[in-house]
Amino acid sequence: MLLFTCPNCGPRNETEFHYGGQAHVAYPESPGELSDREWAEYLFYRENTKGLFAERWVHSAGCRKWFNMVRDTVSYEVKAVYRIGELQPETLERIASATEPEQAQPLAPAQANPTTASEGV
Amino acid sequence: MSADHLPEHPEFLWRNPDPKKSYDAVIVGGGGHGLATAYFLAKNHGMRNIAILEKGWLAGGNMARNTTIIRSNYLWDESAAIYEHSLKLWEILPEELDYDFLFSQRGVMNLAHTLGDVRESMRRVGANQLNGVDAEWLDPKQVKELCPILNINDNIRYPVMGATYQPRAGIAKHDHVAWAFARKCDEMGVDIIQNCEVTGFIKDGNKVTGVKTTRGNINTEKVGLCAAGHTSVLAEMAGFRIPIQSHPLQALVSELHEPVHPTVVMSNHVHVYVSQAHKGELVMGAGVDSYNGYGQRGSFHVIEEQMAAAVELFPIFARAHVLRTWGGIVDTTMDASPIVGTTPVENMFVNCGWGTGGFKGTPAAGLTFAHTIATGSPHTLNKPFGMDRFETGHLIDEHGAAAVAH
Ligand SMILES: Cc1cc2nc3c(=O)[nH]c(=O)nc-3n(C[C@H](O)[C@H](O)[C@H](O)COP(=O)(O)OP(=O)(O)OC[C@H]3O[C@@H](n4cnc5c(N)ncnc54)[C@H](O)[C@@H]3O)c2cc1C
Ligand SMILES: [Zn+2]
Repeated sequence: MLLFTCPNCGPRNETEFHYGGQAHVAYPESPGELSDREWAEYLFYRENTKGLFAERWVHSAGCRKWFNMVRDTVSYEVKAVYRIGELQPETLERIASATEPEQAQPLAPAQANPTTASEGV
Repeated sequence: MSADHLPEHPEFLWRNPDPKKSYDAVIVGGGGHGLATAYFLAKNHGMRNIAILEKGWLAGGNMARNTTIIRSNYLWDESAAIYEHSLKLWEILPEELDYDFLFSQRGVMNLAHTLGDVRESMRRVGANQLNGVDAEWLDPKQVKELCPILNINDNIRYPVMGATYQPRAGIAKHDHVAWAFARKCDEMGVDIIQNCEVTGFIKDGNKVTGVKTTRGNINTEKVGLCAAGHTSVLAEMAGFRIPIQSHPLQALVSELHEPVHPTVVMSNHVHVYVSQAHKGELVMGAGVDSYNGYGQRGSFHVIEEQMAAAVELFPIFARAHVLRTWGGIVDTTMDASPIVGTTPVENMFVNCGWGTGGFKGTPAAGLTFAHTIATGSPHTLNKPFGMDRFETGHLIDEHGAAAVAH
C-alpha cells in the first residue's frame, strides 16, 4: 500500500485514490482540424515512462479533487505533489518538457482511461 | 551436502553462446513470445542465423510469472481467430516440441454474478460457437457439478448465476514451455543470449541495421521486439511511439494441497481466478495495479481483495495460506488486444500489448510474428492487430468483452 499526500487532506492510503494516467495532456486546441493520426495520439497514445512520471490522481474517498503527482515508476517513490493548474515543480520541469506542461487541464477531459481494470488471464 | 555428493548436473537444454558480429534477425526479449518467434522463424521460414537477446535470464519476465490460463473464448472474430489458432497449436506442441510441459485441458469457467454478466456471457457463448470455439453456458447446478468446492448459495454478496465453460481450455507449466521452445530453437541453430540487454539501435536513415547491447554492437538485417512490459522503452530508443501502458500485475500461490480444484475458475466481477497447479498449489491472480509501474511488484491491497473474493467463492480456502506473491510488468493497450506488426522504423517489427493475457497467445504470437518478420507483412491472423487500428478506428475492443475485464 502506497502512502500519498493529498494537497488538501494530507497523507492518506493509496486505496482512497483513483489513478488518472499521464498528466498535462491538453485537449486539442482545434479539434476540427486534427488528422486521424493526431486524434489517435490524443486518444490512445500516452507516455509510458520508466522513471519520473507526471500523472493525475483523484482523491475519490476524500476531498474528491484531482491533483498531479510526480512518481518514480520503478521505485514507486512520490517525488512531488501539486495542484491542478500549478506548474510542475521547477526542479522536475525537464521531465515534462516533451509537450507544453504549463497548460494543465482544470478538469479531466473525457477520454479513454488507460487504467481500465484487466485480469491476468 | 558437499559438492561431490551432488548428482551430475542434468543435460543443458541450450548452449550459452557469445553473440556473433551479425545476424539475419535479432529478437529482443527471451520470454515465451521471443522464443516462439525464433522457433517459427527457424522452422517455417528457414532463418537459422538468428539470435534472441535477453537482458536477464530466459523466461525471467512475465513468461514464468503468469498464472498459465489458456483459452480462446474471446468475443470478437479477430480475437477468436488468433486465440483459437493458438489453442490448436497448444494441442499439438507437446508432440512437436517433444516435451511434456503438462498442458492440461481441464476446462475454464468464467462465472457470471449479475444479470449483465449473464447476458454478456450468453452472447459470448453464441459468438464463440459461430466461430467454432467450444463454449457452453452452465447454470449454477452444472457449475457446482464441475467444481464442487464452489459456493453457489445465494448467501454471498455476488452469488454465482451461472458460467460460460470452455472444455478445451486449461493450463500448462510455463517454465517448461519456455525450455521446450528454447531447446528446439537451439537445436536449429538459434543463439539464445542471456544477460545481454539491448541499450540502443543503430540506424541508417529510417532503417535499423544493428543493436547496441551490454555485450557489444550486433549488426542485423531485422529486429523483432518481444519485450512485453519494456516495449515502450525500446520503442523510444528506436524513435517511435507505441500506445501501451505498463502496469504491475500480481499473482500468488498457496502451500501444496491435495487435489481439490479440478478446473479453472475465473470471475471478472469479484476479481479473482483460480486453478490448482499439478504440484498442488492453488494459483491465483487478480487485476492489475491501477498505476503505471515497472517495479515487478504491486500493492498489497490488491492481493487482499483477491483473497476476499476467493474465500467467498471457495469457502474451504479460508484455511489455506499464502505462500508466495510476486508481480510482473504487463503491457496493456486501450482496447485490450495485442499489437503484432510493422513499425514506423524500416526492418523493425513489434509484438506487444498482450498485457495480462499473452501466455495463451504464445504459439500464435510466435507463428504470426515470425511470418511478419520473415516476409515483411502480416499473416492473415495478425493483420487486424497492427498499430494502424488506433488511427483507422478498427479497434478490437475486448475490454469487458472477453469474459473478464480483458
Ligand atoms: C501475474 C501475471 C499473470 C498472468 N496470467 C496470465 C494467464 O493466466 N494467461 C495468459 O494467457 N497470460 C497471463 N499473463 C500474461 C503473460 O504472462 C504475458 O502476456 C506474456 O508472458 C508476455 O510475453 P513474453 O512471455 O514474451 O513476456 P516476458 O516473459 O515478459 O518477455 C519479455 C522479455 O524481454 C526482456 N527484455 C526487456 N527489455 C529488454 C532489453 N532492453 N534487452 C533485452 N531483453 C529485454 C525481459 O527481460 C523479458 O524476459 C500474466 C502475466 C502476469 C504478470
Ligand atoms: Zn483530498
